[in-house]
Amino acid sequence: MQRALYKYILLLGDNALVLGHRLSELCGHGPSLETDIALTNMSLDYFGQVRNYFQYAAELEGGSEDSIAFLRKERQYVNCLLVEQKNTDFAYIIMRQFLFDHWYLLILESLCSSKDERINAIANKAIKEVKYHHRFSETWVQRLAGGTSESFKRIQDATTFLYPYTQELIVANAIEVEMHEAGIGPDLKDIGQHYYDQIHTVFNKTGLQKPEENFFHKGGKEGIHTEHLGFILAELQYMQRTYPNMQW
Amino acid sequence: MVRTAKDIDARLYTILYKISDPEIPALSIIDLGIVQKVTLEGKHVEIDITPTYTGCPAMDSISMEIRYTLEQYGYSCLVNLVLDPAWTTDFISDVGLQKLKDYGVAPPLSTEKDKRVLYDGERLVPCPRCNSTNSKMISQFGSTACKSLFQCEDCMEPFDYFKCHK
Repeated sequence: MQRALYKYILLLGDNALVLGHRLSELCGHGPSLETDIALTNMSLDYFGQVRNYFQYAAELEGGSEDSIAFLRKERQYVNCLLVEQKNTDFAYIIMRQFLFDHWYLLILESLCSSKDERINAIANKAIKEVKYHHRFSETWVQRLAGGTSESFKRIQDATTFLYPYTQELIVANAIEVEMHEAGIGPDLKDIGQHYYDQIHTVFNKTGLQKPEENFFHKGGKEGIHTEHLGFILAELQYMQRTYPNMQW
Repeated sequence: MVRTAKDIDARLYTILYKISDPEIPALSIIDLGIVQKVTLEGKHVEIDITPTYTGCPAMDSISMEIRYTLEQYGYSCLVNLVLDPAWTTDFISDVGLQKLKDYGVAPPLSTEKDKRVLYDGERLVPCPRCNSTNSKMISQFGSTACKSLFQCEDCMEPFDYFKCHK
């Protein structure tokens, strides 16, 4: 049970870590000052959350928040594939965020009544921040879709590319099933229903089309990643690998 | 929550009241409402503080400042970060709200008004300089996680608004 709980925390924490890193890459590179500040603020929120998750994980199974974040191998990271996708352009960044925020908010709403007190407390803290992110990404999806033909084309391209990464979010693996049965995590079937209802409503309102093919990528939660994660880790882990045990 | 000198040892209160959030130097950590519990045994102090935002980089520097300051007064000190109760802007004291305004940061409105401002673009935040509510949001995210950026359209001054966080 404790082992499963540890792995469950990594499932939550790795999403925050990898997406936080992706957004941090935009520091000083956002398309405008306001969006630059927004995206890096969100990155900071994720790093705060991942510290909470990994501190708890370290108490359960040993190690430290830093060793969990910086010293695992690629296949030991269990983030979903969606969050590691590249910052191709602003539309991709916004669509990735939109697809993730809607899911994460539903997850946190459920975790706010988790039987695990610590996860419960982390979720109650995180949900306030994520609601704010959710508002940001949804507004921007609407703006880009309702903007010029160029901005519509770009957000549509991003939708077509990123949508196939969503199913992984709502198909439970063995750990998530076990956590749901223990009253710690949500029922992902339930979440999935709400999730697709919500994002399809926004698609309908904005004229965005989901891809016709029902093809979905998966593997992240089992440690099988797209090529992008390796490059993320090369940068993320550089300091700890080069100067072992270094501290600020 | 530690709010007045009655809640803790009076000497400790005086010392802690001098420590402020580096991002908002006008505001003591006591007025900010992040000091949850203080226990004193002999010369050893144990303090629970709760973060405003999870990723707030000020938390590490505040913890360090608390330890450093108390050690100067001859105390040994352990600072714990606790998540429960989750901090909300209701934890800011009335004195704190006034100090924020004097410092040039518009204090948080009620949850209901805050939503109307941030989600529907209504003009309700009073400018900390001229009190006009003819203010508009320039950026949803501001200089720190707890603030967003506004501009008063009467005196034209841009200002930070401390978001309602509940």
